[in-house]
Amino acid sequence: MDKLVSSLNCTLHLRDGQRSFELDVDFHLAAGELLALSGPSGSGKTSVLRILAGLESRAKGRLVFQGQVWQDHAQQIFLPPQQRSIGVVFQDYALFPNMNVRQNLHFALLKHESTALIDELLDVMDLKDLARAFPRELSGGQQQRVALARALVRRPKLLLLDEPLSALDTQMREHLQQYIQELHERYALTTLLISHHPEEIQRLAQRVLVMEKGKIIGEVIPAEERKKGFLLRAIWMGTVDGMAQVQLGDNILRTVNHTFVNHTGVAHILSAYFFTIAKIVCVFVAVSVAVLMF
Amino acid sequence: MDFINTLLLTLRLAAITTIILLVLGIPIAYRLAYSRSAWKPILEALVSLPLVLPPTVIGFYLLLAFSPNSGLGQWLQETFDLRLVFTFGGLVLGSVIYSFPFMVQPLQSGFEHLPAHLAEASYTLGKSSWTTLWRVLLPNIRLALLSGLVLSFAHTVGEFGVVLMIGGNIPGVTRVASIAIYDEVEALNFGEANRYALTLVLLTFVFLALFFRYNRRSQPWISW
Repeated sequence: MDKLVSSLNCTLHLRDGQRSFELDVDFHLAAGELLALSGPSGSGKTSVLRILAGLESRAKGRLVFQGQVWQDHAQQIFLPPQQRSIGVVFQDYALFPNMNVRQNLHFALLKHESTALIDELLDVMDLKDLARAFPRELSGGQQQRVALARALVRRPKLLLLDEPLSALDTQMREHLQQYIQELHERYALTTLLISHHPEEIQRLAQRVLVMEKGKIIGEVIPAEERKKGFLLRAIWMGTVDGMAQVQLGDNILRTVNHTFVNHTGVAHILSAYFFTIAKIVCVFVAVSVAVLMF
Repeated sequence: MDFINTLLLTLRLAAITTIILLVLGIPIAYRLAYSRSAWKPILEALVSLPLVLPPTVIGFYLLLAFSPNSGLGQWLQETFDLRLVFTFGGLVLGSVIYSFPFMVQPLQSGFEHLPAHLAEASYTLGKSSWTTLWRVLLPNIRLALLSGLVLSFAHTVGEFGVVLMIGGNIPGVTRVASIAIYDEVEALNFGEANRYALTLVLLTFVFLALFFRYNRRSQPWISW
């Protein structure tokens, strides 16, 4: 397989509260690509990220990253996270409370490795003045920047971001989107971003995979939509006829696998509601008539 | 001299027991905290058993198990020349079993209250489970560690039933302060009993006061 392409093809039994379902995904990731995963919560996005990171050994299938097999259930190959070229930013940042900012980054270095990269990352992420601060003394946005910087100390090829900006306010989000973009380009990363925010995806992602109940049910290329004059407004608005819907522009809904297009979406939903209401009214009238007659 | 010897023996027993419990307790508490096994409740019940069982029950079974008349006792004696009944070694073993939950439970609770992704973040930064435990997990549960140490030590100093059953009352060998008090009272030496008792009260008080002072001064990194 092409050394520049990575692929994940796997299944995993998941449990979400009372219900359980099968995660079943198959997708490719080009080198240098910034791919977004979107979809309702509980659709299996974080599990995909955990499989890529080596934190989920139960998955059955095969994961090849740029020519290197990371996981192959049939051949009983499983590289632990320590042996994968990854950087992960968790939703709760997971900074080490007992270490200050610089120590958090330093922890990721190998013994006797130069600290030049740490200085560079602190500089790039505007963290120089906070190097001696402890995580509890930092704001959400600052913690996020530390988590991003720390994830890059090992010089990973694959950066995994699990809803990294969801806990931040709008202004801080925009600010951090810039950092993510800059890091992605500067360190030639391949990045997987889990996000719910259309504007974030619009700005950062080259491709979006939409997931629901453990399956990838569609794909959107934000740049193509932009060329047509559409902006993403919402990524997932529920499913109609088993297909996830994306809102482009103000009223234009579209199923993401492009089987039926644009304005009919709204009418489709409205007509479905109308039909249901009409059915209820008919049943009600029929029952009333029956009761009155007897 | 007997007074000093007995107190030193008590402190030596408590210190050795606490060190052994620390070494055993960390891996067991770690396993219990992160285990998803169906056996977990059974293991937890086993660990907690000494909390609710009368100490004499534990002492009684240990006495039966290790007496030279039993298979195990005989085997230990013949193979390792090890005798656990009425010896200091037996006291240590009994104390370790008796104080086990006082070390494991605070540690387990400490591990369970750590943010979920700390260990995983460390793995993704290329660190082994050993480095993760040493440099990330343990430093962040240091208050739980301290609680475990203080409770195990204090509990061992105060134990009576287990020690009496398995150790007896041999001055300089197995006679600890709590047994000495009982012994002196039985012989109507109230003055001597009071000396032991008062020393224990003072020692324990100073010990706990130091613990709370440290506890208050050290800013908890993670509050729970």
